[in-house]
Amino acid sequence: MTRLRFTRKSLGIPYAVFLLFFVILPMLVIVFYAFTDKQMHVSFGNFIQFFSDPTKLSTIVYSLVIALITTAVCLLIAYPVAYILARSKMKRKFVILLLFVTPMWINFVLRVNAIRELLNWMGLLGEANYFNTIFGMVYDFLPFMILPLYTTLLKIDESLFEASADLGAGGFTTFTRITLPLSMPGVASGITMVFLPSMTNYVVSDMLGNSKVTIIGKFIYEYFGTNWHMGSMVALILLVVVFLSTWLTGGFREDETVRGANL
Amino acid sequence: MNRKTLAFNCMKAAFIGIVLLLLYAPILLLAVYSFIGTDVIGTGGSFSLEHYAKLFTDEQVLTMIGNTVGLAFAAAALSTVLGTLGALGMYYSKRRVRAAMGAVSRIPIINAEIVTALSLAIMFVAFGLPKSYFTLLMGHMVICTPFVVLSVMPKLKQMDNSLYEAALDLGASPAAALFKVVLPQIIPGIISGFMLAITLSLDDYIVTVYTRPSGFDTISTYVFNATIRGNAHTAETLSSFWALTTIIFVIILLVVITANLAGRKQKKEVRA
Repeated sequence: MTRLRFTRKSLGIPYAVFLLFFVILPMLVIVFYAFTDKQMHVSFGNFIQFFSDPTKLSTIVYSLVIALITTAVCLLIAYPVAYILARSKMKRKFVILLLFVTPMWINFVLRVNAIRELLNWMGLLGEANYFNTIFGMVYDFLPFMILPLYTTLLKIDESLFEASADLGAGGFTTFTRITLPLSMPGVASGITMVFLPSMTNYVVSDMLGNSKVTIIGKFIYEYFGTNWHMGSMVALILLVVVFLSTWLTGGFREDETVRGANL
Repeated sequence: MNRKTLAFNCMKAAFIGIVLLLLYAPILLLAVYSFIGTDVIGTGGSFSLEHYAKLFTDEQVLTMIGNTVGLAFAAAALSTVLGTLGALGMYYSKRRVRAAMGAVSRIPIINAEIVTALSLAIMFVAFGLPKSYFTLLMGHMVICTPFVVLSVMPKLKQMDNSLYEAALDLGASPAAALFKVVLPQIIPGIISGFMLAITLSLDDYIVTVYTRPSGFDTISTYVFNATIRGNAHTAETLSSFWALTTIIFVIILLVVITANLAGRKQKKEVRA
């Protein structure tokens, strides 16, 4: 019996080795490069240099503003959509939800290219770079906001709404006191899933912003050609931000809808 | 139903309709123009299949489509085997081991893709590993495998453990019990993990760019370079992407509809 348990457990060894070499080790390499200079001496220079360059800082601010607007617009569109679908008594509502997710399965770059053609047709390409970038990001990341919101809203017990109405609360009070607080986990995971790519996915900003819009992810791309140490520092900062936000929103818990994985 | 709720329901339906319309507008625009003989959207032209003809005769385009699909199937197949074994191992391991492996599995899922890509690229170069099909495949497996684990794990948790013990009691070898008793119970999770891995690999741009050997193009890198750089790519190439987008969209629609119908049929059979 002891031998048997060992056999079953050992099935996971290849995956453990894989994680070690292709997930943990690369992270360690990044940490190493982030805290060394070009002579491979331990140094905090990359960190200081990154935060003391005014042009870098203004780009970071722009990038954060773009990500904030994208996330806010996604939330404003996705919440009503998720709410309407989750509370609807319709039998086929799953099919409508599926309609929101289907475009996500077209190749990402082809999808951005489709938006590019649309904007070009409307005469906006090259004219409104920031608008185009945000439009494209909202378009691409909207399903990431809808899915977690829909799952949390669907889980809210119907009897809570009845109880609220019985106790004399109007629709608005029920929404602010019951629906909104109970849907906060979905809001939080939706925000992290939209905010992060809007800061880092430079495919959208390059293709729609006429290469005039720079976001934080683009720094890494530029540094990769010139200075690995600075590139690793930017990557490490992003990594820390991701970890903190995931930890704070409870994303390390086991049961969670990620990118529609449970769909 | 009184008039107020009726009006409210109409508003709700209208809102959903408008968002869906916006979501499908770019795709429908390309779908319509993929059948019109012009290279500029908005200009007139008559019905023509020239974009499709161009798509299926351009050797470069055909190669990159083949590359993309081949890579997706290779990465998804390997990820599915590795991830399924990983999930099994994790499930039968001690709580602490399971939690640790689960947490590390989450890193590629939550991480910004660019950070995963850069860390892999720097590691490969730092350890003197030239970029090759192998590094590309590993890159894709890093983004796919955790999702396979994520889809197999819940099926393992729902599984009835006593069936495995029963099989052993009845004389099955552990391997036979694993294949004939455990595997059939988790196969839906394995299939959805495989499908997820395929879509993730097909969709990827960033990890591909950082780990691919030079000269290897997928749909993502090819289209990106064609639209951004614009060099050596004619308007004809760009308009053949309209046809490609339309074909992919139709394939996805067919898959979604078939999956939906199959799911409904299955449910009916269960009820009956």
